[in-house]
Amino acid sequence: MMMPEESRRAAAFFINQIDALIKKPVRFMEVCGTHTVSIFRSGIRQLLPEKVDLVSGPGCPVCVTPNDYMDMAIAYAKRKDTIIATFGDMLKVPGTSSSLNEAKAQGADVRIIYSPLDVLQISQENPQKQIIFLAVGFETTAPLTAVTVQTAMAQHINNFFILSSHKWTNAPIDALLSDPRIKVDGFLLPGHVCVITGEKPFDFVADKYRKPAVVTGFEALDILQAVYMLARQVNTGQIQIENAYKQVVKPEGNRVAQSVIKEVFDSVPAKWRGFGTIEASGMILKDKYAQYDALQQIPVEKEISRENPVCRCGEILKGLIKPTQCPLFKKTCTPDKPAGACMVSVEGTCHAWYKYGQGRYHYGR
Amino acid sequence: MCLAVPAKIMKKDNAMATVEVEGIRRKISLMLLPEANQGDFVLMHAGFAIQIIDEAEAELTMQLLKEAAQNDDA
Ligand code: SF4
Repeated sequence: MMMPEESRRAAAFFINQIDALIKKPVRFMEVCGTHTVSIFRSGIRQLLPEKVDLVSGPGCPVCVTPNDYMDMAIAYAKRKDTIIATFGDMLKVPGTSSSLNEAKAQGADVRIIYSPLDVLQISQENPQKQIIFLAVGFETTAPLTAVTVQTAMAQHINNFFILSSHKWTNAPIDALLSDPRIKVDGFLLPGHVCVITGEKPFDFVADKYRKPAVVTGFEALDILQAVYMLARQVNTGQIQIENAYKQVVKPEGNRVAQSVIKEVFDSVPAKWRGFGTIEASGMILKDKYAQYDALQQIPVEKEISRENPVCRCGEILKGLIKPTQCPLFKKTCTPDKPAGACMVSVEGTCHAWYKYGQGRYHYGR
Repeated sequence: MCLAVPAKIMKKDNAMATVEVEGIRRKISLMLLPEANQGDFVLMHAGFAIQIIDEAEAELTMQLLKEAAQNDDA
């Protein structure tokens, strides 16, 4: 354990080093929503010298899921013989004209689960119903869904389905780096995604785009240390993928998890809020598991999806603008009445700015 | 949604394990981490163990941070 005084001194050391290493303004992007929350909660943005700007990226699964998906989930929820099983963060996410919460208030059976395996139990307890799991999330969550689908098959559970929106996190980073409007000088890579994937899927950041990237954990000091390592790479020009989270991130990742993803899912083009469609960025069930694919097995009419034209979540997810540049921020869009996905999720950038900003700090940089 | 937390394996039972997190016991799946054993600290995410926490590496990280603290002359 570190004493609070030691932590304070270590933080001061990193901040001084960062200040000395960085000569001209840089922007580093944290790709993971959990990093965003930790950065705001610990006030790291204010501690860093002004020339180092941290910007949030497309790392909140709820935020990058387009209205299309929510509308589909809501359409399923309205069916009499369907139970929707979901992680709690999906309930308030607005679709085109409604949310799962509203569907629930009107009598839909929507259940919050802790683990995808819980969904199998719900399926067994409700044999006369069709249970649809909202399979949302990145590589950290996808293998859990994959194992659950395999278990359903092994146990001959036939009333369990998934609506997959699982996504690969390296795909939008590639999209960002090839967009000339986006200026990012380095990345904090998502620690818990890398636990599964290892470092390799992110090699292209250094190899193809010559940008530094550091895998890191979620404590304030982990993040400061990673920013220091990015600063060191910027300073020396020796660009590579570094790992500051070796206690859980092995260079090769979790091979079992990788192989179940490969066994169960195919990579397909997928829609991302703000990015449009990105090649090979989404996961759908392989033909072998088609009987568990809600879209294929349970036809449903959904409304025509539109994105809220005023919400600027899409630009925020790409680091193009800050929440304060959205005309709705803090006015008609708040965590209690969110107008867009980035305000709903606790990992959303707008949510973090609202919760930890609120005019108490100067976040204008 | 992607947050994982550390837990200690108290008992292993084939593909399941009983873990303790902050004093609370629960059952989680070892299907993604079959090599985990009783006594291991694991990273747990939504009911699954996803990686063994390497205590030697954790100690090294801690050491590095302590050194940083000593080098601070502020
Ligand atoms: S403040 Fe609300 S409306 Fe504006 S971009 Fe963020 S989520 Fe969208």
